[in-house]
Amino acid sequence: MPEQAQKTSGSPTPEVRDFLRRRREQIAQRWADEPLFRSVFTVSRDEAVEAGKSVVDALAQVADAERVEDPDAAGFAAVREQLARMGAARSRAGLSTGQVSTELAALRPPVENLLLSDLQGASADHTRASVTVLNVLMGTLRVVVMQTALSEGQSLIDRQRLQLLEVATPVIKLWDGIVAVPLIGTLDSARSQVVMETLLETIVEQQARHAILDITGVPAVDSLVAQHLMKTVAAARLMGAECIVSGIRPAIAQTMVHLGLDLGNVVTRASLADALGYVLHQLGVGIVTPGPNGAVPR
Amino acid sequence: MDTAAGAQARLPIRSDMDLMWVRQHVRQMAAALGFGLVDQTKLVTAASELARNTLVYGGGGTMETTPLAEGGTPGLRLTFRDEGPGIADLEQALQDGFTSGEGLGMGLGGARRLVHEFAIESSPGAGTTVRVTSWVGRPPLRREEV
Repeated sequence: MPEQAQKTSGSPTPEVRDFLRRRREQIAQRWADEPLFRSVFTVSRDEAVEAGKSVVDALAQVADAERVEDPDAAGFAAVREQLARMGAARSRAGLSTGQVSTELAALRPPVENLLLSDLQGASADHTRASVTVLNVLMGTLRVVVMQTALSEGQSLIDRQRLQLLEVATPVIKLWDGIVAVPLIGTLDSARSQVVMETLLETIVEQQARHAILDITGVPAVDSLVAQHLMKTVAAARLMGAECIVSGIRPAIAQTMVHLGLDLGNVVTRASLADALGYVLHQLGVGIVTPGPNGAVPR
Repeated sequence: MDTAAGAQARLPIRSDMDLMWVRQHVRQMAAALGFGLVDQTKLVTAASELARNTLVYGGGGTMETTPLAEGGTPGLRLTFRDEGPGIADLEQALQDGFTSGEGLGMGLGGARRLVHEFAIESSPGAGTTVRVTSWVGRPPLRREEV
C-alpha cells in the first residue's frame, strides 16, 4: 500500500494494532473454541486462552513494527516455539499440512467479525483498508506456522541422517580375533569413512586378526564403492588384520566383472557363513558335531 | 518417488543425496519395465557411475530417463547432461584406468560395458552428454564389440 493512501485513510496498520490490543481477551476467547486451539490445549480452556493471548500479542507487536507482510518479523519470535508445538501436535494427530493450514485459516473470521463490528460507522474505504491489513497479518501467521513445520521436518531429516551413519555400521565380534561389519545401504564417502574408523578401532580393541566385510545389504557396487572397500581392506591390513569381503550376490558379481572391477588379492566369499568357515579354518579351529552322548563343545 | 514406468522423467544431480535418488529411480523403472535382477543391477551401477561423473567432473547436471519400445521389446534410455568443462580426449577418457580426478578410472569405460548402447558427446567448454540404452532380455555385448 502506498504511503500516501495510508495517510489519507488514517493509517490502517496502527488501527489494527490498537484493535488487537483492545480486543485481546475476546479474540483469545473465540480462538479457544476453534479446533486448532481446542485440540492442542486439552488440559483446560484457560490454557488455550492464554496461548491465544500470546499469539494476539505477537500479532500486535508485528503490526506495531509495520511489518505485517514479513514472516521473519521480530514479533513472531516470542510465539514461534509455541506455534511450532501446535503445528507439530496437529501433524502428530494425523492432519496433513493442508488440513493444518485450513485450521489456521479458521482463526481469521472471528477476528475479522470483531474488527468489522468495531468499525461500524467508519467509511467503506477505511474499513476495507483495515480488513486488508488484518487479512495480510493472518496470512503471514499461517506462513510462520508452515515455516516452522518445514524447518522441523528438515532438522528431523538431518538428525536421522546422522543417526543412520552410526546405526548402520556396527562391528560385531564373531569369534576370538574375528570381527565382522555387515554393510547395509549405500556406501558413500561419509559412510565408508565411519565404517573404516569403527572397524580399525574394533580391530585394536578386540585384537582381531581377521575382519569380514559383508556387503549383502549393499544394493550396488560401483567403482567408488569398490575403491572404498579396497581402502578399508588396505588400512586393516596395515594394522595386521586380514580382510575378507563376503556377501557378493550373483548380480553384483556379474556387474563387477563387466565394470572391470577387480578386488585384487582380497579374499572374497559368497556368504558370511563361508567367510567365517574360511577364517576358522585359517585359525585351525574345527567345529565338531557332538556325538550321541559325547561332550558338547562350548 | 512413485514414478510410473512409461513416463519420461528428469532428475537433478546436484549432491550425493541426488545420486541415491538416481539409483533408486533407475532401479524402480528398470524393474517396472521387466528387466531381470542382473540387468537391473547393471543399469543401476552404470547410472551410478555416470551420475557421479556428472556431479564430480561436470559440476552437476541432470539425468533423463526415457522408456522405449522397439518391436515389442521394452528398453530404457538414460541421458546424463552437464554444463561442465567437457572432455578434451574422449578416447583417453574411455580407457580403463584413466582418471583426471581421484577415482579408479573405471567409471566411463565400465559403464559402457554395462549397457547395450553408449553414446557420448563432449567438447572442451561445452559440457558433456552421455546417452546409454539397454533392452530387456538382450544378451550383453561381447567384449570385442565394445
